[in-house]
Amino acid sequence: MAEEKIRVIVAKPGLDGHDRGAKVVARALRDAGMEVIYTGLRQTPEMIAEAALQEDAHVVGLSILSGAHMALVPRILELLKANGQENVRVFIGGIVPDEDVPRLKELGVTGVYGPGAPTDQIIRDIRAAVSGKAG
Amino acid sequence: MVDVQAILDGQRLALSRLLSAIENQTPEGQQALADLFPHTGRAHLIGVTGAPGTGKSSLVNQLALHYRKATDPKKVAVVAVDPSSPFTGGAVLGDRIRMTALSGDAGVFIRSMATRGSLGGLGRATAGMVQAFDAAGFEIILIETVGAGQSEVDIARLAHTTLVVEAPGLGDEIQAIKAGILEIADILVVNKSDRPGVESTERALRNMLQLAHPVARVFQHHGEPMAVAAPAQTEETALWIPPIQRTVAADGQGVPELLEHIAAHRAHLEATGELAQRERARLAAELDARLHEALLQRWQTGQQADAYEKTLDQVLARALSPQDAVRQLVNGKKG
Repeated sequence: MAEEKIRVIVAKPGLDGHDRGAKVVARALRDAGMEVIYTGLRQTPEMIAEAALQEDAHVVGLSILSGAHMALVPRILELLKANGQENVRVFIGGIVPDEDVPRLKELGVTGVYGPGAPTDQIIRDIRAAVSGKAG
Repeated sequence: MVDVQAILDGQRLALSRLLSAIENQTPEGQQALADLFPHTGRAHLIGVTGAPGTGKSSLVNQLALHYRKATDPKKVAVVAVDPSSPFTGGAVLGDRIRMTALSGDAGVFIRSMATRGSLGGLGRATAGMVQAFDAAGFEIILIETVGAGQSEVDIARLAHTTLVVEAPGLGDEIQAIKAGILEIADILVVNKSDRPGVESTERALRNMLQLAHPVARVFQHHGEPMAVAAPAQTEETALWIPPIQRTVAADGQGVPELLEHIAAHRAHLEATGELAQRERARLAAELDARLHEALLQRWQTGQQADAYEKTLDQVLARALSPQDAVRQLVNGKKG
């Protein structure tokens, strides 16, 4: 039996067009042996949930710089659940005010990372969250 | 346990999980494929291959859109293959970026896969994943290969119709001649045909095609050119000459015509009996591969754990030839 790979959707919901951070993280996860499905800019929550479903992802990584996280993230979590994918771990990178972090975690987000967060930490946290998988 | 009935009923999460089980080569995935096998053989498998930067993903996106908006819309599955890093085993799969227009359509299912060390432009599990889509009722399955350019001939074995995509300005005048990949083309696509240089790309392809499929051969006979007509073509022996179709995948130009060529190729395969031949060859290859694996496994269970390593040591020391080593291993005695 071949080893199972950690499959991660990296998506940018919302309208801001800066994907440098998302690309850096995508590359780091690849170098850690994960399979990263990069979906590109301006994704709606529906598109992200659909990609997670079709790709049987273990993790959804969202890059949000627009400040719209409190609108986008709950919707994405809701859609994942509606599709039967409540086990998918959601991580957020970008600009999220500290006071929003506890609320996001309460909703079911596994990790939130600001600018300059070391990719090693993100990789460790993803591995821990989906333990039992290779990668 | 894979719920086979859920796949047949079109449940997307069940299908997605089955695709993972197939890709990870689990015993459950293999059992599900065996159970689903009677439901396969209905889909039209279309391979899309070509060098990086020719616009394969955008073209796949347009093909799927056109199959969906036809008067008789077809259910479309896409398997998009990208390379794994040989160093880390990881991959960035980016084909979905070009396919966002297909989002929100329940008649479309896009799955990205990494090669996971397999060569030849496909993953080891691509054929199995295609079978799963076929059983799940997808009528058109588009298989996009890795964009390596010259070696991904595996796709011609898997697909019924293979599209080879070229684009102007990629230095393909020479590539067209040296790349054996063109010989696997059922249809040649010149994408990005709104760009300068499209005529020379098309000319290079046409010249190459004439070398491969001459309508009349010209011999030198006592110094005089003498034309010999190609054999008369009946329906059974008719050769398929790959058409060349210009497209602009960015806006869909030429895509309706490309769909017509694909349909014509399918009709040709059916009329000449080549479809049945290809199917037979494909299944024979699958049987061979599985037989190979099963016999190897059976052989291994009958061996002492270190017999192989010990023999390999002897071969390494040049005390035994590989030929004699195999004889010894299979027969369980020397020479």
